[in-house]
Amino acid sequence: MSRRLLIGYLVAAVALAAAPRFLDAYQVDVLNSVGLYVLLALGLNLILGDAGLFNMGHAAFYAVGAYTAAILNTRLGLPILWAMPVSGLLAALFALLVARPVVHLRGDYLLVVTIGLGEIVRIALINDVFGLTGGANGIFGIARPVIFGQKIRKPDEFLYLIWGFVAVTVFLFHRLEQSRFGRALTYLREDPVAAEGSGIDTVRYRLMAFALGAAWAGMTGSIYAAKMTIISPESFSFWESVVVFLMVILGGSGSIPGVMVGAAIVVLMPEVFRDLATARMLVFGLVMMVMMVVRPQGLLPWRAVRFRRKDAERAEAAR
Amino acid sequence: MSALLELRQVTKTFGGLTAVDDIGFDVEAGLVVGLIGPNGAGKTTTFNLITGNYRVTKGTIQFEGRPLTSLRTNRIVRLGIARTFQNIRLFQQLTALENVLAGRHCRTSAGLLAALLRTPGQRREERGAVERSLAELDFVGLAGRGLVLAKNLPYGDQRRLEIARALAADPRLLVLDEPAGGMNEQETDQLVGLIGRIKARGITVLLIEHDMSLVMRACDRIVVMEYGKKIAEGTPEVIQKDARVIAAYLGTEAP
Repeated sequence: MSRRLLIGYLVAAVALAAAPRFLDAYQVDVLNSVGLYVLLALGLNLILGDAGLFNMGHAAFYAVGAYTAAILNTRLGLPILWAMPVSGLLAALFALLVARPVVHLRGDYLLVVTIGLGEIVRIALINDVFGLTGGANGIFGIARPVIFGQKIRKPDEFLYLIWGFVAVTVFLFHRLEQSRFGRALTYLREDPVAAEGSGIDTVRYRLMAFALGAAWAGMTGSIYAAKMTIISPESFSFWESVVVFLMVILGGSGSIPGVMVGAAIVVLMPEVFRDLATARMLVFGLVMMVMMVVRPQGLLPWRAVRFRRKDAERAEAAR
Repeated sequence: MSALLELRQVTKTFGGLTAVDDIGFDVEAGLVVGLIGPNGAGKTTTFNLITGNYRVTKGTIQFEGRPLTSLRTNRIVRLGIARTFQNIRLFQQLTALENVLAGRHCRTSAGLLAALLRTPGQRREERGAVERSLAELDFVGLAGRGLVLAKNLPYGDQRRLEIARALAADPRLLVLDEPAGGMNEQETDQLVGLIGRIKARGITVLLIEHDMSLVMRACDRIVVMEYGKKIAEGTPEVIQKDARVIAAYLGTEAP
């Protein structure tokens, strides 16, 4: 990680930690919303940005996670933070199951399939599958998370929970970037034929990208369920998938700081232009269009070399 | 003792077109074998059959006595056959070193968890992979270019980078598809030297090439194809004098 990036993260962390002192509850809640979308976008970035797989159904994995946590909590009384890993795991398994038959598809074809997937999940939830999802009304009365006897209820408290998870995620995903796994994803985005010809099992890595991205969406879903205490199918509409997709492309596909900035902008911009009422989406749309024309590589198209520079320097010095 | 690679009655059809027609030849371990023939003779198709990019319609291909015909490409690489492509297929947006690390992938094993936890084993393996990849860059004559993006390398260097990537996979058979394509005379001379050094490492080479000066200097044996069929096989001296080969390349006079 470069020094500039590290400083950027530290400044952002300090600013977020201090935010509740300066912002009202509504504004903090907007930051929480940013945090949840950052998590979704970082997960999708593995699939779309790193592996280059056009997934326009990310909300499906988010929904699986949120409903898993909600059902486990309301029916079995499992604390929500205990449900979190289960949510991640189930979302990953679900992703493996649905991606397996379609994962060989390229670009636009995969995009269409994943749109279908998102809709199937949403409609299945409305139709109350297995009598567990509560139909169009969703699930009520999800308990708040408790950490060390401290109940997380207020937006301030959620801020630390959500952004704490963001910090862990960023740390882990940067590690992933500079590893054999991260490289394999990059190779198959750059040229799947050359990747396979270099000995990389492209099918396996596509599936792993899907599973890992879905796992993060699932865990994020469980936090969302705990924050809202009510979840319903409309929270996981096609629009959610589009927005997260947008965040990755807008911020800079494959760039961890990039997609974080992308998520922040997509969430904050409509808030900033709230005075324009219904016209704010027009402004939003226009900005997107101008962005894609002027800066198609994204706002922060930062690319990490997929190895540790220290390793290369040491090896060069040794010869 | 059987040959390293054996093709037997290999046929590949695309719809009504027979691209490779009942081809059979052996590649003996330790040799440099050339596959030549006019454009459209089916040479690259034959390569794609060996490397698993295409499935054979009929016949068998065996590597070290093991059939390859139903394996996917990445499995074949793992067994010890690495290749380069006719139209260079590097990861253009990545550095030269990252390109070579791709070849190292199948000889390393650290998975997702090891990467997330950055275990000592994973770090050791990463260091080893980087060292080895830099050594391969050095071997093909690209020392010091590790951090240059592949797309910014000159054409001849890109060809050599592709060879370095293939070598990093520890192949026992290296399959080169027109390695001298687009190279000038001087670069071709260097390539002949490089192929010699690859052979000296004990790696068997099978190559397609149109540059006859390279083929005649670099190859121990030559297989000639025309219209999907094998028309001749032998040492460079024999092939140069073969009437059918001369006819295939120069055409025959009207009787």
